[in-house]
Amino acid sequence: MSSRLRKYRNALMLGIFTLCTLLALIPLFGVLGYVVKNGISALNLEFFTSLPQPMGVAGGGMANAIVGTLILIAIAGVLGIPTGILAAIYLTEYDRVSWLSTLVRFTTDVLTGIPSIIIGIVVYTTLVMKTGNFSAFAGGVALAIIMVPLVIRSTEEMLKLVPQTIREAGYALGIPRWRTILRIVLPTAAKGILTGAMLAVARAAGETAPLLFTALGNQYWAHSLNEPIAALPLQIYQYATSPYKDWHRQAWAGSLVLIFLVIILSFVARLAFRNRKNF
Amino acid sequence: MGQSLTIRNLNAWYGDNQTLKGINMEIPANQVTAIIGPSGCGKSTFVRCINRMHDTVPGARAAGEILLDGENIYAKDPVELRRTVGMVFQKPNPFPAMSIYDNVVAGLKLNGLRNKQKLRAAAEKSLRMAALWDEVNERLNYSGMSLSGGQQQRLCIARALAVEPSVLLMDEPASALDPIATLRIEELILELKKDYTIVIVTHNMQQAARIADSTAFFLNGELIEHGPTSEIFMNPKEKRTEDYITGRFG
Repeated sequence: MSSRLRKYRNALMLGIFTLCTLLALIPLFGVLGYVVKNGISALNLEFFTSLPQPMGVAGGGMANAIVGTLILIAIAGVLGIPTGILAAIYLTEYDRVSWLSTLVRFTTDVLTGIPSIIIGIVVYTTLVMKTGNFSAFAGGVALAIIMVPLVIRSTEEMLKLVPQTIREAGYALGIPRWRTILRIVLPTAAKGILTGAMLAVARAAGETAPLLFTALGNQYWAHSLNEPIAALPLQIYQYATSPYKDWHRQAWAGSLVLIFLVIILSFVARLAFRNRKNF
Repeated sequence: MGQSLTIRNLNAWYGDNQTLKGINMEIPANQVTAIIGPSGCGKSTFVRCINRMHDTVPGARAAGEILLDGENIYAKDPVELRRTVGMVFQKPNPFPAMSIYDNVVAGLKLNGLRNKQKLRAAAEKSLRMAALWDEVNERLNYSGMSLSGGQQQRLCIARALAVEPSVLLMDEPASALDPIATLRIEELILELKKDYTIVIVTHNMQQAARIADSTAFFLNGELIEHGPTSEIFMNPKEKRTEDYITGRFG
């Protein structure tokens, strides 16, 4: 093959790659741009500080839904992240091959692919029906179930990247295994684990279906975790499907806030782990 | 002070594959003992048996006796044992998430020592012994990964020394380093043998000749010959040792 032909093909391939990258970016920036364009006009102080107005009345905000989403992902995070991380430690550090870990890995993969509404139904029948009421807690549990497999898988991958010699260095100092894992292996993989956990939080924050019959939504403030609670995705869903112009605008604003909430969360989490020199 | 080691009929396996066959050997206290031999001869497995690191590998096992100043290590708790028998690995492996200071005191801190003054003193003492203090004392808070390869390996030596072992195992500690860094490690080993018993695995026969009091030649999982270093290199009793030393194989 002549070198001119090779160069020509090289340029052609590069062109195709670049084109595909641009194509992939169009919907990404399209969605973001559209949400910003439509949402920014409805954003004001009232949106962040007041409750929704009764149907048909203009004004009002989503204060309760913003706080509600934060509470829901806090519950889900507290339940789901430690469970996922500790399960991943079991899978990578203690037991890579037995039937139990094979089963857990298989279930994890299946669970990642299950439509989230099914998780909502399961929590509805097991938790909501048993306790007799919709609640923030039930919503948090449903979101936690969505997060756990994501956290397990990402944590597992991160722990596998920690070289075996790091663990051996810990053992060689007479440090017990569990402490080597918690104090040496885990911090070494912390950044990646955190990123994975944040992705799971982001995924949970945006879920609507599993909240429909667990957290239910609420036009007012929830006063305990045993009451139905408002959430941004639910509020967006309700407003977007309503016939009112003003509610449509607020739905856009809610979407914008939801996106930024997720971005801010992962930004803060990254910042918290960056205070080391020369890394 | 260093402690002596007596190895009696030591056998080791990875699964069905026997990597050590009936090793008998005396390792005197406060001396440098070099283990030489071609790749796969069992020399790494041998030192990894002495601190029972071999036992941590799934499917690996060992049988026989290793006496540390007369006490069988297989009767001891392996975690306790490793505080007496320290180890330095082939590739420098400082803990990436820790500062230089935290690396050095990791063995003490994670075993429960909280006293800041004691930790501080132990860190300085170990870093001085590892000939690293002058280079890092002004940046103890920096990541261990910010150091050069040779400095990282001395950091790992300091880390091993901080728990005050009596025996120091070194598995090709200089093989990933440049000649200057290697020289520094060798000087350090000669310093350290005043206080420690040192067993060093090396691929480099000149290195064994420079630093070891006695040298053991391993081949296919067997100990072929063990004697004073000068004898092994100048006047080996075994033909196979001579063939290896003179570069006929390996």
